[in-house]
Formats: sequence, structure tokens, C-alpha cells
Amino acid sequence: MAINILTLIYLLASVTFIIGLKMLSNPAHARRGNLIAAAGMTIAILGTIFLYKDDEGNSLHNYGWIFGGILVGAIIGTLAAKKVKMTAMPEMVSLFNGMGGACAALISIVEFNHVNNSINYFNGSLGNGFVLPNFSYSFLLIICLGLIIGSVSFAGSIIAWGKLNGKIKDFSFKGQHIFNLLILVIILIITSLLFISFPDNIVILFYSVLVLALLYGVLFVLPIGGADMPVVISLLNSFTGVAAACGGFLYDNKVMLTGGILVGAAGTLLTILMCKAMNRSLKNVLIGSFGGTAVAAQGAS
Amino acid sequence: MLLWIHQHQEYIYIVILMIFLGIEIIGRVPSVLHTPLMSGANAIHGVVIIGAIIVMGKAESDNYLALILGFLAVILGTINVVGGFVVTDRMLEMFKKKK
Repeated sequence: MAINILTLIYLLASVTFIIGLKMLSNPAHARRGNLIAAAGMTIAILGTIFLYKDDEGNSLHNYGWIFGGILVGAIIGTLAAKKVKMTAMPEMVSLFNGMGGACAALISIVEFNHVNNSINYFNGSLGNGFVLPNFSYSFLLIICLGLIIGSVSFAGSIIAWGKLNGKIKDFSFKGQHIFNLLILVIILIITSLLFISFPDNIVILFYSVLVLALLYGVLFVLPIGGADMPVVISLLNSFTGVAAACGGFLYDNKVMLTGGILVGAAGTLLTILMCKAMNRSLKNVLIGSFGGTAVAAQGAS
Repeated sequence: MLLWIHQHQEYIYIVILMIFLGIEIIGRVPSVLHTPLMSGANAIHGVVIIGAIIVMGKAESDNYLALILGFLAVILGTINVVGGFVVTDRMLEMFKKKK
């Protein structure tokens, strides 16, 4: 019974997200739209805490930790959001976005640990060479995806925050785009190695993916100029959406899936719209750091 | 491959429909609302906190790694959700005063 109510709650929350986004894109109802989405989020969170049951029908435990975490997070979040100056809003959004990305990455790490433990357990009891059933591969794939996207989003958002703050200066070196591309390729290679050499060395490979993804996030945002930061934040925002959707696959949770994909799609379109509003193309913004300085130099001369 | 699609058709439908819905919904947003919309979307992808709560709630009490990381994830997720909605609200409040 309780689980059915939870399904209804998730359905309701998904609808509020859609309505909220719809209203947010209209000046007259924007504020109400935000409140509706917030209400949907609140019931989804409360419903999860009290009604969630896993496949074996156990409810959640560790309530103290959960409520403690929510309390601490809510206090920090509210204070940060209330104190921030109006001009510093975009960097605050970036920071919050980074928190979401980090959250997704942490979930992936914990779940990977579970998978790893069960591999070790099976190896112990059944001997080496035991192959996990097929579903575990897609499970592992989703975990890796969530880890990569979440970490890139986290590292990128922190850099974007620092740049808007003026704490981090523009930094680029020759061939950086090729270098970035190289890192991305290495990440993909290591991730596929994870599946080929499964389950040996899986831990080292997994954590090197984490480190490389963080590095990629940093290098991806570093060369982009401060004026283009809102576009980048919007892009990272949609990344985090996709990372959240990975969590939806992981837990067979429809509200995470719908919310994540919705933000992923809307965020991508929004990124393109923002570029258009500045009369530039997305490609130009992302790899235009050299072009930008070259044009500026020409203008100066 | 076909079997895989058949087994996961529910997910595939949701993903495809949500992609189109997300694009359709904000297709005509005026450019003044770009930043609030970004902020609102940022708060909505905070649903990831539900995953964090599940991780936390499932962690065995002797699995310290899961407990600590899960606790951290809950904190970060909550900051994302609460901060996101409050910041969006403040931005939109500013819009009202301007008019």
C-alpha cells in the first residue's frame, strides 16, 4: 500500500516539475511555477524518506543521518541563498549546480563499492573467473556514466564559480582543446577497460576515471572567458540533469529519471538560446577562447 | 539488442518523451528569464537527493564509507535543492520590483 502511494507521489512530483518549468518560462507566472516545483520536490523527498521500500520490502534506516544531513544542507543552502548579493547570483547557481554534480558522483562511488563488495564476495565463495549476470554490466555502466558526468559537472561548476568570483584567472595553453579531447578519449578507454578486465583491477580503474573526469571538468571550463560563464553554467546544469537521470536508472526511480532528463533537455536548449541571445554559437563559446583573444588583438591593432 | 529494447521500453519511452517535452516547454522563453529559468532547472535536478537518501537509508551501520559518503551526498543534494529554489525565488522577486 505504502509503495503505491509513493508511486503516486513520484508521479505528482514529475508533473509539478513539468508545470514548474513551463510556468518559469512565462514572466507572469514564473514565481508561482518555482513554488510549485519546490512543493513537488518536498513531497517527493518526504515520501522517499517515509515510504520507500527496497525490493525485499525493507524500509530505509539511518534516519538520524538522513535528517541530520538534510538539516545541515537546508541551513547552509538557505543562508547562502539569502545572503548572496543580487550581482553574485549566477556564481551561486553555479556553486549549487556543482553540489548536485558532486552528489551524483558520490552516489556512484557508494554504489560502485557495493558492486565491488559483491564481486569480492562471489569470488571468495565461487572462485575466480566468476562472471556476474548481464544486468550487472548495465548497472556498472550507469554507475560509470553518473560518476563521469557528475564529476565533470562538479569540477567545472567550481571553476566557473571561482572565475565569476574573480578568484580564478583565465588560463589556457597551446593545444589545450586537443589535450582536453585526449583526456576525454582516455576516460572512455579506461571506462571500457573496466568492462573488459572485469573484475580485476576494477577499483584502480574506477578511481582513475574519477580523477580524470575531475581534471577534464577543470580544463574544460578554465579557458572560457568570464563573460561566457552563464552559458557554460547552463551547459553544466544540463550535465547534472543527465547525472541525476543516471541515478533514476540505478534505482528504477521514475521521478529522478523524468526530472533529470527534463532538465537535461531543457538545459541544453536553454544553453543554445542563451548563445543566440549573445549572437554567438555554442561552438564559438566553447572553443572560442583563442578566437576571442585573436579577435580582440585585431581590434586593438 | 531488440530484446534489450523490448525489456527497457518503458525507460526508452520516458527518455524520448521527456527530451521532447523539455525542449518544447521552454522553447519560447523570453531572454530576460534565461537566468531564473537556469536557476529553476538547477533546483529541479536536485532530485538527485532522492538517490542520496536511498543510498544513506540502505547503508549498513558498519559500512563507514557508505555512511560518510552518503551523509555528504545528502548534505550536498539538500544544498542544491533548497539553495536552488530560494535563489530562484529571490531572482524572480527582483523582477517584480522592477515593474
